Amino acid sequence: MTDLRHIRNFAIIAHIDHGKSTLADRLIQACGGLAEREMREQVLDNMEIERERGITIKAQTVRLTYRAKNGETYELNLMDTPGHVDFTYEVSRSLAACEGSLLVVDASQGVEAQTLANVYQAIEANHEIVPVLNKIDLPAAEPERVKEQIEEVIGLDASHAVMISAKTGLGIDAVLEALVERLPPPQGDREAPLKALLVDSWYDQYLGVVILVRVKDGVLRPGMKVRLMATGAVHPVERTGVFTPKGVPIDELGPGEVGFITAGIKTVADCRVGDTITEDRRPAAAPLPGFKPVQSVVFCGLFPTDAADYERLRDSLAKLRLNDASFEYEPETSAALGFGFRCGFLGLLHLEIIQERLEREFDLDLITTAPSVVYKIHLTNGEVMALHNPADMPDPVRIDHIEEPWIKATILVPDAYLGPVLTLCQERRGIQKDLTYAGSRAMVVYRLPLNEVVFDFYDRLKSLSRGYASFDYQMDGYAEGDLVLMNILVNSEPVDALAVIVHRSAAEKRGRALCERLKELIPRQLFAIAIQAAIGGRIIARETVKPFRKDVLAKCYGGDVTRKRKLLEKQKEGRKRMRQFGKVEIPQSAFLAALKMGDS
Amino acid sequence: MVPLGAFAGLCHDGGGPPPCPLPARERDIAGRGERHHSDGQGEATPLAVYIHWPFCASKCPYCDFNSHVRASVDQGAWRRALLAELDHYAEETAGRTVSSVFFGGGTPSLMAAATAAAVLERVAQHWRLAGDLEVTLEANPGSVEAARFADFRAVGVTRVSLGVQALDPEALAFLGRRHSLDEALAALALARQHFPRFSFDLIYARPGQSVAAWRRELDRALALAGDHLSLYQLTIEPGTAFATAYARGDFAMPEDDLSGELFELTQERLAAAGLPAYEISNHARPGAESRHNLVYWRYGDYLGIGPGAHGRLTAGARKIATRQLRAPETWLAAVEAEGHGTAERIAIAPAERLREMLMMGLRLAEGVPRARFRRECGADPEALLDAGSLARLVEGGFLRLDAEGLGATAAGRQRLNAVLAALL
Repeated sequence: MTDLRHIRNFAIIAHIDHGKSTLADRLIQACGGLAEREMREQVLDNMEIERERGITIKAQTVRLTYRAKNGETYELNLMDTPGHVDFTYEVSRSLAACEGSLLVVDASQGVEAQTLANVYQAIEANHEIVPVLNKIDLPAAEPERVKEQIEEVIGLDASHAVMISAKTGLGIDAVLEALVERLPPPQGDREAPLKALLVDSWYDQYLGVVILVRVKDGVLRPGMKVRLMATGAVHPVERTGVFTPKGVPIDELGPGEVGFITAGIKTVADCRVGDTITEDRRPAAAPLPGFKPVQSVVFCGLFPTDAADYERLRDSLAKLRLNDASFEYEPETSAALGFGFRCGFLGLLHLEIIQERLEREFDLDLITTAPSVVYKIHLTNGEVMALHNPADMPDPVRIDHIEEPWIKATILVPDAYLGPVLTLCQERRGIQKDLTYAGSRAMVVYRLPLNEVVFDFYDRLKSLSRGYASFDYQMDGYAEGDLVLMNILVNSEPVDALAVIVHRSAAEKRGRALCERLKELIPRQLFAIAIQAAIGGRIIARETVKPFRKDVLAKCYGGDVTRKRKLLEKQKEGRKRMRQFGKVEIPQSAFLAALKMGDS
Repeated sequence: MVPLGAFAGLCHDGGGPPPCPLPARERDIAGRGERHHSDGQGEATPLAVYIHWPFCASKCPYCDFNSHVRASVDQGAWRRALLAELDHYAEETAGRTVSSVFFGGGTPSLMAAATAAAVLERVAQHWRLAGDLEVTLEANPGSVEAARFADFRAVGVTRVSLGVQALDPEALAFLGRRHSLDEALAALALARQHFPRFSFDLIYARPGQSVAAWRRELDRALALAGDHLSLYQLTIEPGTAFATAYARGDFAMPEDDLSGELFELTQERLAAAGLPAYEISNHARPGAESRHNLVYWRYGDYLGIGPGAHGRLTAGARKIATRQLRAPETWLAAVEAEGHGTAERIAIAPAERLREMLMMGLRLAEGVPRARFRRECGADPEALLDAGSLARLVEGGFLRLDAEGLGATAAGRQRLNAVLAALL
C-alpha cells in the first residue's frame, strides 16, 4: 500500500469531443501503463457503444505510477466517470471517490452545458479543480477567450490553466505535475473499521461481478468477510486488485486507494452504486453519506418487431441487467404490439443506450413506445399513485389532480440561434430562470416539464440550432399540471401503444399529428377506417383512410390458379402481423412506423 | 417460373351465337347477374381440354405467359407430342364427356390448321363429345392469321378470341402489338364472317388514359363486338418488359381511384349494352359466355396439354393438380422420351382446395352454389369459413350468403383480393 501523501485521486470533466479519452490515453502512456503496442485509441471506453458515441457509461479507473520532478513517486488514480446527465448520481459517486478534477475544455469550442453540470458537481464534492485547455494547436484555438469564459461562467480562476494538445502530447507532463502539486492527498485512517465506497460494478464472465471501490478507512484484503451496508449481504473477498489499466492483483487496498474486488457476487443488482462496504466482523458505525437507491425517471415499452423474438428479448434483458442494474423491466402486453416489456431508465440517453445494446449485442429488432415520465396521481380518496404507463391511468372521476416532474435545463447556444431556442422552450411550457451571455454565446436556464422534453425536444433543439446548442438538465421537483390521457382510436377502439399523457394545451396538436401520420401509414382496406384522437369521450382530431375503390386481379384462368393461390397464402402469412380493430385489420407495421416517426 | 396459364397470352375470349342450345344448367346462370345456378349433387362434371401452343412472332411487353419466339417450329414433331400427351391422359379420364377444347398460347393461330384438326380428331377418339362442343382458338388479328380463319373453321373451331387489345394506334404501339388498327378491324370482320361465335380483348386503364377516352373506345368496341368481350385492366407483371420500364419510371399507372372509376364505367356501359359482366373482366350476352373458361371458374376438371399447361382432375375424393414442363424444348424432349411432359402431379390439400374454389368461383357473378361447396369441400360455407369474417363481409355488402350459396356482390368482385384476404 502507498503512503497517503503519495496518492492523488482525480476525475476528468469534459464535454463530448473535448478530448477526455485522448487525454486519458496520453496520461496512461506517459506513465508507462501500457506498452506502445497495447495502446489503442481510447483505452478506457470498453463498450462498442462507448467508443462510437464518445461517451462513458461505466466508471473505470487506472492507477498510474508517476515519478514527479521533485524526485518522488506518486500513485495517481484516474477515475473515468460517466459523462452524461442521465448518470448524475453515478457521476456524483465517482467524484466522491476523488479529491480533485481536471476540467478539460476545447480551446476553440469553449464551455458546454454538460461541462457545467459536471463541474458544479465537482465543486459540490469539494474538488480542487485544474482547468486544462485542450487542442491549443488548432488554428481556431482562442485560449484567452476560453479562459475568460471559464472565469465568467463557472467562476473558476483560469490563470493557471494548463495548455495542452492531447493529440500531439504537448503539455502532458505539465498536467501530471499539476496533479501532484495542486491536488490534495486523500485522508483516511488505516486502523479504523473498514469503510469503502462502492463506485460501480460490472459483470465479468470469468470473475463474476467486479466491484470498483475507493477505500476511505481501514484495509481491504482477500479472505476478509465484507458486508454491503445497504443490502446487508455478506461476501468473502476473493481478490483485491488495481487496473493499470490491465487488472493486476495486489495484496491489499488501503485508505485513499482506488481498486477492485471480487467476492463471489452473482449479479450487479446486489451491488448498489454509492453503497458502503465494511468488514462484517468489525463494521463501521455509519455508512458513507450520499447513498441513493436507483430511481427510474423515464419509462417506455420495448416490444420485439417479430413476436417470435419475445423469449430472446426476455433473456437479453436479463443478461443486460447482470451488468447494468440501473434499468428495470417488467412484462407488458399490448393489444397493438403484442408481448413486450415496460422498462424504466435513468433518462433518455440511458433508454437509447439500452435499446441500442439490445439491438446490437443481442441482434434484436425492437420497437419503443413513446417515453413516459413518472406522474404522481392524487386520487380523490387521498391516495397517491406513481404512474409511468398511460395504460394504467385511473378513471378521471377518481383523480383529484396530477403532478408531473419538472427539470432545470441549462442550454448554451450561439447568439444567432437564441431566438428559436427561446421559442421552443416557451412552446414546451418552459419558465425562463436566467439568461446570461459569455462572449457570443448565451446561457439560458429554463424550468421545463420533463414530459415536454422526452417528446422530441433534443432533436428539435439540435435542428433549430444546427447542432450548436448544448443541453443539460437536472431534476427539479414535481408540480401540478393540467394533464390528460389522450387515446388514439382506430374505428372507435383505442390503440393502447399510442396512448399518451399530455398537457391539455398540447393535446390537439399532438393528436392531429398522430392521426395524420397514421392515415399515411395504414393501407386502404375494404372498409373506411376512422382514426381519431380523443380525450375521454371528446374527439379532438380525426382522419379517414378511404376504402379500396378497386382491388382485383384482371386475369385468373386455369393456369393461374396455383400461383394466385400461393400469393393469397403469402398474404395470409403477412396478416399474422395484423391487429384486428373492429371490422378492419391494421398491420402492426403501421403502429411501429407511427412510433418510429415519433422519434423524429 | 411463372406457371403458364392454361389460358394464355395474347388473348381473350369470344362469343357468338352458340351453335346449339346450351344445356339447361348453363343457361340458368349466365349473365343474369347475381343468381346461382344449382349444380346438383350428382352433376356429371364435363372435362375441358386446354392445348398450349407456346410460340409467338414476338413477345409483348405486358405479357408474362409462357410464350417464346423461335425462328422455326417443327410442326410435325409438335403435333405428335400434343397427341402423345392426349393419349397419356386418356386412360385416367376415360368415359368422361369433353365439353370444350381451347387452343391457347402463345399464338395458336400460328399453328398449322392440320395440327388443330389432328388434336380434335384425337380428342374425339378418346372421349365422348358434348353435343354443343365449344372449340376456341386464340388468334392475333394480323392479316396472315386472318387469312387462315376459314381453314380453322373447316377443321372444327367454333369460336375465335382475338387479341385486339386497343382501338387506338398509339396504344397498340405502346402495347407492342404487331398489327395495325386497320388489320384488327379487317380481322374482326373476317371472324364475324367465318365463326359462329367470336370475342376480342381490350386492355384498358393504360398510362395516361382518361375516362372520356376509354368511354369513346368502349363505344367503338361495342359497335364492333359480337356477343362477348374481354376487358382487362393493364397489370404490370413481374419479369416483363413493362415491369422494367415501370420501375425505371418510364410511365405511371393510374391511381386506385381512377382505375376504380374506369372499372365502374366499364361495368355500366356493358350492362347497358346487354353484355353484363359474368366474370370480373368478361362480358357476354346471356348464353354467350365462354364455356371453356366457365369450367375454370366453376372449379371443374380440365386437362392441361402442352408446355407449362396446368390441369385439375377429380380422382375419387381427391383433386389432382398437374403441371407440364415449362420450357418448350424440354417438354418436347420429355414427351418424345416418355410420352408425357408432366413436371408435377400433386393432390391438393383440403384448405387449398377451398381457397382455389373461392378464388375462382367468386369471380363469377353467379357465385359458388352450395352443391359445389359440398362436392369440393364436403360441407356448406358456414362450416368452412370463419363466421365473423363472413358476417362482416356480408354486412359490408361485399358478399351474399343465402340458400343458393355464397357469392360476391358487384362491390365485392371489384375488391375481390381484399375480400378473399379477409375471408381466408
